[in-house]
Amino acid sequence: MVEAAWRYALANRAMYVDAVTTHVRLSLLALLIGAALCIPLGIYAARRRPLWRELSGVFNALRVIPSLAILFLAVPYLGIGFLPALVALAVLACPPILINTEAAFRGVDSAVIDAARGMGMDRRQMLWRVELPLAAPVLVAGVRTAAVEVFSSATLAAFIGGGGLGDFIYRGFALFEPSVMLVGAVSIAVLTVGVEGLFAILQRALEALARR
Amino acid sequence: MRYLVEHSGAVLALLVQQAWLTAAALVIASAIALPLGLLAARKAAIRGPLLALLDVLYTIPSLALFVLLIPLLGLGFTPALVALVVYAQIVLVRNVIVGLRGIDPAVLEAARGMGMTGAQRFRRVELPLAAPVILAGMRVAILVTIGTSTLAAFINAGGLGMLLFMGVSQGHTDEIVAGAVAVSALALTANVLMQRLEARIASAVRGD
Repeated sequence: MVEAAWRYALANRAMYVDAVTTHVRLSLLALLIGAALCIPLGIYAARRRPLWRELSGVFNALRVIPSLAILFLAVPYLGIGFLPALVALAVLACPPILINTEAAFRGVDSAVIDAARGMGMDRRQMLWRVELPLAAPVLVAGVRTAAVEVFSSATLAAFIGGGGLGDFIYRGFALFEPSVMLVGAVSIAVLTVGVEGLFAILQRALEALARR
Repeated sequence: MRYLVEHSGAVLALLVQQAWLTAAALVIASAIALPLGLLAARKAAIRGPLLALLDVLYTIPSLALFVLLIPLLGLGFTPALVALVVYAQIVLVRNVIVGLRGIDPAVLEAARGMGMTGAQRFRRVELPLAAPVILAGMRVAILVTIGTSTLAAFINAGGLGMLLFMGVSQGHTDEIVAGAVAVSALALTANVLMQRLEARIASAVRGD
């Protein structure tokens, strides 16, 4: 069966490359949107406790809701295709990024901030030169969790017409052709484990930098 | 919302089906994770590799794991149960380790001084003190299991995911909304109940 899966992938090379590209593009875009929204929001929330108390309730609840529900709920509102999948995946990326960003910035030692202020840094310099480097490891850990969730859930995009590697699982199941499903399953597993590995390396590098 | 009212019987049956799958997976997963975590907490040589392996398994997307299990176990309840037990392991084992290793060595020393045997120390000192952390792990494991068991509808294991998959494939948006609402309600309820249980156990351990 592994051989049959290999032959199928080779015979449909163009389709395979297209599926991988869509899967990666969809996931990376969703992560970028999630990060662009939630990193600034997290930094802002770390400085305003009452706002955070309200936000954290909403985002913790959002985190509890099964990803399948979030993805498929996009259909009644946005229809099928790439866009609803992208929106749903961006929503899925938000809670871990926001929660970790807030924790990372709240965790920066206030003595360090006082020292930076004493050195005459303005707010902007403090953010970029002091707070961000110190917060980076925890922030990236949040992005890492989000990345695993997004690359993994992007598999479900195929079910709502968003394409990606889930297409092979969807098609293979409809034909009941296990070898076709295997093409999707193995690729998705390798891709997700690889992405998580890359972020783990990045996180470790930032931890080493922050300690210096 | 009308769908939920008009088909409340069918939705309830799916909810019970998913709750049963979730509960069975958690009981089996805990029965494996407790001794595994205990072993890993005591032996550093096992701890690192075990956690690394469980981490990688957890990272594999559930739909992919379901598909990989088809040649071995086919479709239905059994492969879904196996996958759920695998996913719950990392959360449960990690918290058992953290809970047991977080105990003040002086407390264990005192228990030994009182003449408790190894088994007595475990049952009467270590397990109660580690309980809050282990329970926190169980809460996360329940949420992960509910999320994943929703997807198990894809391999004919039933549950509320059926409404979502059928709704999408047939274009019935009311079915999609009903499935999403019901499964979210299940997850949010489980979360609140476990948080309450955690708080109660934590205060009991502190001796309030």
